[in-house]
Amino acid sequence: MKKIILVIAVLLISVSISAQKKKKNAKISLDVDGVCMMCKGRIEKAALNCKGVKYAQWNVKTHELKLIVDERKTDVKTIQQNLANVGHDTKDVKASKEAYDGLHGCCKYRDEEVQEDHKVEKK
Amino acid sequence: MKVNILSVLLLVSSIAFTQEKIKGMIMDKNNPKDNLGVYGASVHWLNTNIGVTTNEKGWFNLPYKKQFKKLVVSFVGYKTDTILVKSLKPVHHFLEESNTLEEVTIKSNKSATQKSYLQAQNLVTINSAELLKAACCNLAESFETNPSIDVNFSDALTGTKQIQMLGLTSPYLLITQENIPSIRGASQAFGLSFTPGTWVESIQITKGAGSVVNGYESISGQINAELVKPYTNHRFFANAYASAGGRLEFNTHFNQKVNDKWQTGFYIHGNYRGEKFDKNKDNFLDNPLAKQINVMNRWQYLDAEKGWVSFINFRYLDDQKQVGQVNFNPDFHKGSSLVWGSEIKTKRFDTSAKLGYVFPDLPFQSMGIQAAYSNHKQDSYFGLRDYNIQHQSFYSNFIFNSIIGDTRNKFKTGISFTYDKYDEFVKITNPQNFDRKENSLGAFFEYAFDNSDNLSITAGIRVDTHNLLGAFLTPRLHVRYTVWEKGVFRTSIGRGKRSANIFAENQQFFASSRQVNIDDVGGRVYGLSPEIAWNYGVSFLQGYKLFGKKGDVTFDFYRTDFQNQVVVDWENPQEVSFYNLNGKSVANSFQLEVNQNIIPYFNTRFSYKHYEVNTDYKSGNLDKALQAKHRFFANVSYETEKQENDSHWKFDVTYNWIGEQRLPNTRSNPVQYQLPTHSNSYNLLNSQITKVFSKKFEIYAGAENITNYKQKNPILGSDNPFGVNFDTTIIYAPVFGSNFYTGLRFKID
Repeated sequence: MKKIILVIAVLLISVSISAQKKKKNAKISLDVDGVCMMCKGRIEKAALNCKGVKYAQWNVKTHELKLIVDERKTDVKTIQQNLANVGHDTKDVKASKEAYDGLHGCCKYRDEEVQEDHKVEKK
Repeated sequence: MKVNILSVLLLVSSIAFTQEKIKGMIMDKNNPKDNLGVYGASVHWLNTNIGVTTNEKGWFNLPYKKQFKKLVVSFVGYKTDTILVKSLKPVHHFLEESNTLEEVTIKSNKSATQKSYLQAQNLVTINSAELLKAACCNLAESFETNPSIDVNFSDALTGTKQIQMLGLTSPYLLITQENIPSIRGASQAFGLSFTPGTWVESIQITKGAGSVVNGYESISGQINAELVKPYTNHRFFANAYASAGGRLEFNTHFNQKVNDKWQTGFYIHGNYRGEKFDKNKDNFLDNPLAKQINVMNRWQYLDAEKGWVSFINFRYLDDQKQVGQVNFNPDFHKGSSLVWGSEIKTKRFDTSAKLGYVFPDLPFQSMGIQAAYSNHKQDSYFGLRDYNIQHQSFYSNFIFNSIIGDTRNKFKTGISFTYDKYDEFVKITNPQNFDRKENSLGAFFEYAFDNSDNLSITAGIRVDTHNLLGAFLTPRLHVRYTVWEKGVFRTSIGRGKRSANIFAENQQFFASSRQVNIDDVGGRVYGLSPEIAWNYGVSFLQGYKLFGKKGDVTFDFYRTDFQNQVVVDWENPQEVSFYNLNGKSVANSFQLEVNQNIIPYFNTRFSYKHYEVNTDYKSGNLDKALQAKHRFFANVSYETEKQENDSHWKFDVTYNWIGEQRLPNTRSNPVQYQLPTHSNSYNLLNSQITKVFSKKFEIYAGAENITNYKQKNPILGSDNPFGVNFDTTIIYAPVFGSNFYTGLRFKID
């Protein structure tokens, strides 16, 4: 009985260790606010500019940013901060007013009118 | 009317407090003054089933919940709008007629020929819509509406079309089929006519140095043909074609799903020409008597979950041509000097397999292996001369794709191995055998940088060790820089090296009385050294809008500089000599191209080309013979709007002006067999009309060489084909006059 407990304990520990182990190719999905193809270029570029981000694909429709990241070199917070620095909001980090104001007029995603404009365009 | 609105407002304000409902009115934007409501417009909350239609006055009344934010308003003939609702304030919305919307869809239509604004290479893609602009019975005829490629005639007998790019003939191009080198070695002369047009899905033309991934042989450019694929092609397709010139063609495709992952396709092509024509009364057939059967079976495997893709192909071809004097009968006259005739019989078997794997967790990483085997056998005689060639070829290539750091830095690396075995039998006066085996092992690395904005660079290098060409490096570089919006500057530089297959590439000379000289310098291939050339190019593409219509203009300049070349010298009318270059040989090409959309579905394309191609022959520096220095090209296409059942008309006209060409020297001939130093310039006009009846059925009819321009006396010495002045090789214009054709296409999905 003791042995079994031991085995389970060892297993549990090893699982928790591997969970903590930073993955070389971690898949991350973030919700990033934006509206257009210009935003797409900016978001992906900002993501790739973080050291450790290998792959970035942002979907204009769903606002999902798919990332493949070397976790040993970066973390989600840094990426979110980088996105905020170029003017794009994520759930945890919002862009400063200065960064947001720097966006091109067509990309002002917080503005409902701009959002609507892009909706019509898509149809 | 104002009363109406007022009453709406009153109604709204009185009810809004008691019930969670939203009210409003939908009106027509084109008649804003009278504020007439639109009757019967549909109004619903986005992503719900909660909706109503407006009443006679255009009013609506809809239940409201807090989570509902977006209201969709639609009506037949009007644009569908989505309105953001922030409060229970009544909605007043003007609908716009939808004709503006239709224009938007037209504008976004992809053009049949696409110029890339993003790729590092100078790449033009010809898609199936462009391929349908001319009858395109085979790959050689697929370039007639594209100005980057010039189509010439190789000889007066076979009617074979020869393609040229940047002023150089097809042996200097790398022609691949789905990225596997296909038209090379023995298939060089007729290979393009061995791929039926209906099998071609799209063609990619790269000008200048190509990629290092597919080998070291390409010098002036690369043409890749993508074939139809079992997954995407029609379930059943049939095409029939008949021309007044006596050519009949038939194509049929069957595609069948085997199971979830496997799909297979069967493609059968046959063509036949049995009618004899001698319009120019020179006693020689204007067109060959021909028959061909060509069968391909493809298997496609796709497992998207695990990331595996695969293609397996099998193909068999049997082609027979008979040319020569009208009353030539091979059974009686073969091998005799009574009647001149020639037969060219080709059998070819091809198989290839591709296997690709995309790492499911790493979309940017993949690897693939390609392997191909072909056995090409041509048995032919030209009067009393014999030429037989068997070429067996094996090609394999392993490629690994991944990134360095992130997806802006990509690379491709891999190794390739090729093996070629040639058995050639040549009898001009004495029988001779030329057998050789070539093998090469190579490794390549190609780095591609793309800042996902205005700059991309592709730099590649490969190292090969070849049993006859030695060990050598092949560097290639492409750069794209977007200077401003839609203004793209490109430059490229690259080296190519190849062994010239002098007989296979120049087999038109067999149909002449020319003696063959080879200057043996102790080289490994026919005693000659391999050809080496550098190609440099710059191009600028500017997209623009003129009065709201899309257009683009491209300038490009390319120069090919031969360090060594196998010069084909036919300046003595009794001889053709092959020797290594001693001095300079360059091909300069300048092209200006304009594409302009005039009205929706009406497109024009114009181009002017200037070539300076010259070589140091033994007799001095000369312009390349049969190369027009100036060419002008225009293409106009118009489509009528598609009806509901997809029926529409398509019209297409292509015009070519071909400037004067230098003719090879014939001064030492007797007067009656002499030609002027230059040919006249001439015009060629082709046109095609297609009537699409439905998605399933269409017919087309066309005319080639409408102005009926013909080269007078295309065959020198046709009165005495076994005499010393017989020559069928000096061809600068069509032999056959105007030709009319018609055909049909039928497809089931």
